[in-house]
This record gives sequence, C-alpha cells and structure tokens, in this order.
Amino acid sequence: MSDASPVRRRAQAAPASFVDHPLVQLTLVRVREFTREPEAVFWAIFFPVLITVGLGIAFRSRPADVLKIAASTPQLAQALKQEPSLDVTEADPAAAATLLRTGRIALVVEPAPEGGVLYRYDDTNPEGRTARMLADHAIQRAAGRRDLVSATDAIVRDPGSRYIDFLVPGLVGLGIMSNTLWGLGFSIVDSRRRKLTKRLIATPMSRAYYLLSYAVWRMMVLVIEVGVPVGFGALAFGVPVRGRLIDLAVICILASLSFSALSLLIASRARTLEAVSGLMNLAQVPMWILSGVFFSAQRFPDTVQPFIRALPLTAVVDALRAHMLQGFGLVQLAPQLAVLAAWLVVCFGLALRLFRWK
Amino acid sequence: MAADQAPPALRVANLRKRFKDVVAVDGIDLTVRAGECFGLLGPNGAGKTTTIEICEGLTEPDGGDVEVLGLRWRSDAQALRQRLGIQLQETQLSDKLTVEETLRLFRSFFSRGPSPADVIALVQLEEKRGARVAALSGGQKQRLAVACALVGDPDLLFLDEPTTGLDPQARRQLWELIEEFKQAGRTILLTTHYMDEAERLCDELAIMDHGKVIARGTPAALVASIGADHLVELSTGGASRPVDIAALCRLEGVRDVKAENGTIRIHASELHRAVPALLEELRRQEVPVSELGTHSATLEDVFVSLTGRHLRDE
Repeated sequence: MSDASPVRRRAQAAPASFVDHPLVQLTLVRVREFTREPEAVFWAIFFPVLITVGLGIAFRSRPADVLKIAASTPQLAQALKQEPSLDVTEADPAAAATLLRTGRIALVVEPAPEGGVLYRYDDTNPEGRTARMLADHAIQRAAGRRDLVSATDAIVRDPGSRYIDFLVPGLVGLGIMSNTLWGLGFSIVDSRRRKLTKRLIATPMSRAYYLLSYAVWRMMVLVIEVGVPVGFGALAFGVPVRGRLIDLAVICILASLSFSALSLLIASRARTLEAVSGLMNLAQVPMWILSGVFFSAQRFPDTVQPFIRALPLTAVVDALRAHMLQGFGLVQLAPQLAVLAAWLVVCFGLALRLFRWK
Repeated sequence: MAADQAPPALRVANLRKRFKDVVAVDGIDLTVRAGECFGLLGPNGAGKTTTIEICEGLTEPDGGDVEVLGLRWRSDAQALRQRLGIQLQETQLSDKLTVEETLRLFRSFFSRGPSPADVIALVQLEEKRGARVAALSGGQKQRLAVACALVGDPDLLFLDEPTTGLDPQARRQLWELIEEFKQAGRTILLTTHYMDEAERLCDELAIMDHGKVIARGTPAALVASIGADHLVELSTGGASRPVDIAALCRLEGVRDVKAENGTIRIHASELHRAVPALLEELRRQEVPVSELGTHSATLEDVFVSLTGRHLRDE
C-alpha cells in the first residue's frame, strides 16, 4: 500500500504525555462542559451560600426577645415598665384588643372589674404565656412583693447549638446530593441522547475510564461543594467543624460516590432529559422531606425511623452533624458510613447491569 | 494490482437482523476488497445503517458471519476498534468543546495515529481549531466527525451517509476529502442515498432495498445493466387518446417503455435514431407532446428499473 501518502506518513506512536492519557482527556471534557456552563457553576457554588445567608438571617440568634404588650391605664403601664423584657404601650381596651387579635402584641393588661389585674392572652402562644409571667412578676413587685430566694443568671450561647449550626451540615449534604444527581445524570443522558456515548464506544476507549472520569470530576467539584458552605458558615456564623478534616473528607467522598452510583442507576436507561428529570425528582423528594435537612428527622413517627435512617441523605446529614457539631470520628459514624457504602455497592452493581451505552 | 490476492477488508455472509417485527437486514453478502471504496446505496430504511453498524461492532446480528480485517468482533473487539475509523449518522459532538479539544480527546483513545493538528489540516478546519463545536456550520461539523474517524490512522473507514443534509458546496468539500483518502490507498465502506455521490466516490456498489442487496457491481456496470445508455422522458399532457405503447417498443433504438400517469419513460441506446422515430410515431398516433427531456442513464435509473421507485421517494 502507498505508505508515502500524507496521511500514512503522519502516523506516529501515541504521545506519552500525561495530558493525553484518555482518563485525563475524559476528565477534562467533564470539567470543560461544567465550567463552560455558567448556570451550572452558579447553582453549585452560590446557591448553597444564598440559602445559608437567607436562612441564617431568618433564624439568627437574636438577643432575648423583648415582648410587646399593652396596658390600659397609666398606673399599670408605669408598673410594667420596670421589667426590661417588656415593651409596653398604653392603649384603651378596644384598641388593645385589636392589637392582640392581629398578633402585634402578646398580652393586654387591664384592671379587673372586681379589683386586681386582668391578663388577656392566647394560652397556646408561648410568647403570650411568657409575657403573662413577666407582667405578673413586674406588677407583684411594684405592689411590694419581695423574692424569698435570690437568683442570679449566667447566659450560655454556644456555637453548635443554634439553628444555623443545625442547618449548615444539612445544606452540605443536600448540596452533595442534588449536584451529584443532576450534574452526573443529566450529562450522561445528554451524551446518550446525542449519540455521543455510542460514538465513543465505537473507539477503543475504555468504558471504565468513561465512568471513572465522572467520578474524578465529582471529586473535584466536591471540594467546592463542601468547602464553600462549610467555609462560609464558619466565617459568617461561626459554625464549628469539631471533627478532623480528614474524616470530613472521607464522609464527603463516600457520600459523593454513593450519590454518583445512584445517579448512574437513575440515568442508566433514560433516553430523554424529561425522563431523567422525572426520575431524579422521584428519588430526591422523599429525602428532601424526610432526611432532616431543614428540621430534625426525629419529628417523624418512630415506626418510619428505620426507613428514614436507611436513606442515603439521612446518613450523610447525620454523619456531617455529628462530625461538625460533636466532633465524632469515623468509628463512631460507622452506622452512617455503612448505609452509604451499601447504597454505593448496590446502585453501582445495578447500574453496571442496566446501563445502556447506545 | 495486488489487492485481488490480498484478504478482503470486510466479508459479510448471510447477515440477518430483525428489530421487533421489522426485518432490517435480510440475508446480505458483501465483500469489500482492501483499497477500494465500497458503497451501500439505497433509500432510507433499506437497512444500510443497520448493516454498517453491525460491521462496526455496535449492533449484534441475529445471524450470519462478519469478518473485519480478518478479525471477528466476538474475539478481537479491542484490536479491531484500534484499526477502524467510524463516522456515525447522527452523532452530535459536545457543543462546548473546541475542534482541537474534540480531536485530542478522540486521539487519546488510539495507540497510534496522526496528531490532532495534522488531522485538522487534512479536513481544512485550521481556522476553526479554537472554535467551539456549537459554532461550526453543518459541513464543518461533518468534516470534524470525519476527522474524529481519522485520528486513529484507520485501516478501514466507515462513513454512514456522510453528506446527508449538507449544502452542495459542503458536499463537494467532503467528496474531495474522501477522494484524497482513497488515493492514499485506504479502504472505505460508505452508505448513501445520493446516486451522484455513489457514482463519483465508489469503486464497487451494492444497491439495497428492504434489507436485501438487489444489485451489485461497479457503477458503470450497474448503469450498463439496464441495457440503455440514455433515458427519454416525455409528457403527453392532456392527451385524450391512450398511447400505443407496443408501437413505441418496436421503434429502432428503443429498449424499454414505461408509461405512468401521462409520463412515458423510454430506455434508448441510440438517441439520434430513437428520438426522431419516437416523435414521428407520436405524431402518427396524434398524441401531443408537452415536454421532452433526455439524460444519460444513471444509478437512479438502475434503482427505478429494479424497484419502480425513486431512491428518495421516502
């Protein structure tokens, strides 16, 4: 044959450089497709920050609330103003009733018709009950009552026990789950839809490298996914990370791999983005609700607790909270890590059987 | 040429493939010799793509035997993939990668082959090497797809409808690229439903219809097989009287006559005798002629004479 042709002559041995290794090239594709999609970067990085800021502000630890109440006579108002935790307005009974009904005050204090004091409040409202105790205390003291036992307060406001401390590990877990499921699943289905996967398996490309490139890419994004909300939580709200960082890395890597396997399974057969979106939501919605991201999963009945604890997001969130807030190590977190490992093995095994390349 | 003694690049025997209740490939035999450009010509749905994808190892046949470069998919898949260049009909390469990044990716899968830059030059995409795939025209995308098939320095190149949907200029550019590749002594299996493409590029052709090969040979031999060098088409617009076809058939130089809804197609060997005789006969029959055209016989005419349909009816 004519080896002198321009095409033949240019044939040469494969360049051995690191960058031209197929796994590196495939991983570069993942990274490029991600970074060249600005929306994807936004959702992965800024979304957790926005949620943390928003909820952190909404649920910030305020100085002990000053309760708003109303008094119907100047004498009562004068007595109540001795109590610093109460913000007292003077109002005639009709106006005070309106304020109470619309929730702008917690309590109305007025003289009782038969002498003494009348408290109007809603006993199902904790603020109302607190205001009643404080108001009664102030009025009794103004009338000359003395305490028999002296009391001193020591205020404790520890980082680690606030809502924001509860929230940040939850958001980290939620972020790993949704970024991994959407990012990986969409990319795989989109490649299949474009018949790009079919084209790739027509080359000598190793299928293991193809799947591995997704895992490597997820590991790279994981640094951002975890680093941003944890770092932001620490800087802006003082959310602690009491466990060892290496343990945190192990938890997050295992979580990312488990969700990658789940995503691979969900995307193993879908041919359209619509189909895979539906399946993704089906898988995620129960976990959004049950896994204790925004409120404790303990609130659900005891009978469903074993089911909730078997969910991968519950395992991730519980492990992250115990690690960050209580400083638990990997040994103490073995149950959660075992749940994650089980999801990884089962989903990956099924995905390999079901995965459709064409 | 030594090519006749060399083992065939591709040998397919009694190939069968059925999808649910559709028989896509119904007992096909093919032999592609090393160094030739072999074409599968046929309308959409004839089974061309199924056949080529079985040869590419992407589809499992229901029956029959496939031998590619002397190897078999069952035992030598990895070695085969290194030696084949493949362009699929509908691949959309990643929009967000550049031309060069795409080729570097594909190049990384092969143990040998030209550098991405050389392939870019070969398909004349130098100006677009840094452009994203999304920004390429249809013809440029198709040349990139062919470039991806060339990065492994293939011994056998599969092209599945490489110019479908392209404008005439882009088609000619791709033809030149394929011709250059042919001149380098490479073996190509090409599917197409364009008869002009098959005529221009292919050394050897198999015409497919409904999963079967209905004719094979060189383009020239196939055209000659209908026994006529020329076709005369005439319209008898609004003729009230039926034309006496038998009388036309007896005319000098006329090989075959077919009439359907006001159009008469005549296979003729000698135009200078057949056309005057035809016109004289129609005048005698008092049939008005509203249109008259002649052309040299093509593969399209071969297909029409074999099936009664045009290649692009569907």
